[in-house]
Amino acid sequence: MWEYTDKVQEHFLNPRNVGEVDNPSGVGDVGSLACGDALKLTIKVDDNDTIVDAKFKTFGCASAIASSSALTEMIKDKKVSEAEKITNEDIADFLGGLPKEKMHCSVMGREALEAAIADYRGMILPMAEGEIVCECFGVTDLEVVRAIKESKLRSVEEITNFTKAGGGCGKCEGKLRELLNENVADLAELKRADKKPERMTTLQKIKKIEEVLDREIKPGLRQDGGDIELIDVDGDFVLVSLRGACTSCAKSQTTIKEVVEKKLRELVLDTLIVEEAK
Amino acid sequence: MKTSPGDEIYMDNNATTKVAPEVVEVMMPYLTDYYGNPSSMHVFGGQVAEGLKTAREQVARLVGADPEEIIFTSCGTESDSTAVLSALQVSADKRHIITTRVEHPAIKTLCENLEALTGHKHRVTRLKVDADGMIDMDEYAKALTEDTAIVSIMWANNETGVIFPVEEMARLAKERGVLFHTDAVQAVGKIPINLKESAIDFLSLSGHKLHAPKGVGVLYIRRGTPFVPFLAGGHQEKGRRGGTENVASIVGLGRACELAAEKLEEENTRVKALRDKLEHGLLSNVPRSMLNGHTTERLPNTANISFEYVEGESILLHMNRHNICASSGSACTSGSLEPSHVLRAMGVPFTAAHGSIRFSLSVYNTEEEVDFVVGKIPEIIESLRKMSPFWPGEET
Repeated sequence: MWEYTDKVQEHFLNPRNVGEVDNPSGVGDVGSLACGDALKLTIKVDDNDTIVDAKFKTFGCASAIASSSALTEMIKDKKVSEAEKITNEDIADFLGGLPKEKMHCSVMGREALEAAIADYRGMILPMAEGEIVCECFGVTDLEVVRAIKESKLRSVEEITNFTKAGGGCGKCEGKLRELLNENVADLAELKRADKKPERMTTLQKIKKIEEVLDREIKPGLRQDGGDIELIDVDGDFVLVSLRGACTSCAKSQTTIKEVVEKKLRELVLDTLIVEEAK
Repeated sequence: MKTSPGDEIYMDNNATTKVAPEVVEVMMPYLTDYYGNPSSMHVFGGQVAEGLKTAREQVARLVGADPEEIIFTSCGTESDSTAVLSALQVSADKRHIITTRVEHPAIKTLCENLEALTGHKHRVTRLKVDADGMIDMDEYAKALTEDTAIVSIMWANNETGVIFPVEEMARLAKERGVLFHTDAVQAVGKIPINLKESAIDFLSLSGHKLHAPKGVGVLYIRRGTPFVPFLAGGHQEKGRRGGTENVASIVGLGRACELAAEKLEEENTRVKALRDKLEHGLLSNVPRSMLNGHTTERLPNTANISFEYVEGESILLHMNRHNICASSGSACTSGSLEPSHVLRAMGVPFTAAHGSIRFSLSVYNTEEEVDFVVGKIPEIIESLRKMSPFWPGEET
């Protein structure tokens, strides 16, 4: 028996937005019968770039149906630019979590969304252009690498849970391990982060924060003509100042919370609070 | 979502069965007053051995064996491992095993491990099955070689109920001097078995598949068959299986075997009629549904039916709302990502394999239950098909 949350069961038994949108603006068709689950997502986008309707048809288990239903609820009335930020973790969170073996159902939701948006924009999905690693389930190397990075996967088993790759004949296990090792830079950092000491002196904190800012944050900001400077560290409060293009950027608050704080919590100390120095 | 005992419509008897009230009754004294060790010298313990003796006779009678040919184990899986590993040890120069592609994991995984863990020194032939799930006897006859240590082939398949001609296969093996084991966990109590008239050397059976408790099994070892124990230890089971006996469960199993012998006819008449009614009802009321497995060479209680273009776990969860218990060969229910190895070996197309449901009845099922299930399933399948991107509609 799977441990499904009440919300998963509720969305499975009473799925929202089943069917196909008439004259859809975009169609995302992912998965296959052979794979055991498939999702056809159709979306209607108005002149303001807002998704005004979304419907799904899904072949699959309870969590696949619930993930599809959740996805349509999450993207309705959202701007396409907002909807495209939805990750598979968001879908799983919306449902109060999924059993780890079932995470691939949420990945299928995200893939269908991306495919539908790409179709709406008349673009080709880059993920499909990778090289097939898992022949049983038709999973490309790009998809695997993306899952490793986005969901911070640390084992071949986790790759299988999220992408299904390796869940069939198992012949691609070696390749999956290689992909895991190639992307091990991230992995090593995670491991180091795991070992972070419970207590740090302020000096240690400052040093570590500067290191992470230099390596992880500044290169990205500088590409956009911006920069960031560490002003002060007071306990868990990290004061930073944005420079250059960042100062006039409307998204600067998001950058501080979503990018800087997230990264510092991940790699330095998970209690840190980042604020902009006034 | 919990269900209250008694409310369930239990059609999953190939997974496990209800313990018969008559079985519970004979077990109770051994869980209370008669707690002695049957190996003890004192009468208090010694009288417990009487219970074991009776149980051994009851089991032997059901399968047409001598009581001395029965050893009690902890489960069907232990019996399977014991038989195969013993055969490999007594004929250490032989490295070949013959089995099928549709075995229960108890044998399937054991053979995979024997191939891998011994550095592929053991060679395994896995016999093919046809679309009906039947074996090609010519392929089997050709597979028997000088090097073959043991044949292990299930009597009846747990997923489809398909019955293999194990008695004929055992005769062929005997002619070639090869030991023959059959996993009869699904067959015992459902079809007549008479080991005296067969050439079968080892047979496994399991208590919880025939209304005895879980955690007790039997290995039949034909008298005179060379044997090496799996569990070394005390002199229990005449030195053939160490470990203090699970007395209460063994006594229960004995009674269950007695009941099974009494109810064998009912199983093959009333239960079979219920199964047929269920099967016909579903196949005629649900478009694009089909039976998996041979129509006649099949256990009287089992019907494995595929509903195309829908997925098994979804079907089961909807059935669960109506308290209907069954199993599926779909990938999502197995914990792996691939559908049943049995259905795939039979060449069941993916459109159908993912949507397969196994209904397995018992003497406790009623006609009302069958009618209820036949009434509910079509609407469940229809609601899921409306959602399926592959459903082409009924007219195609």
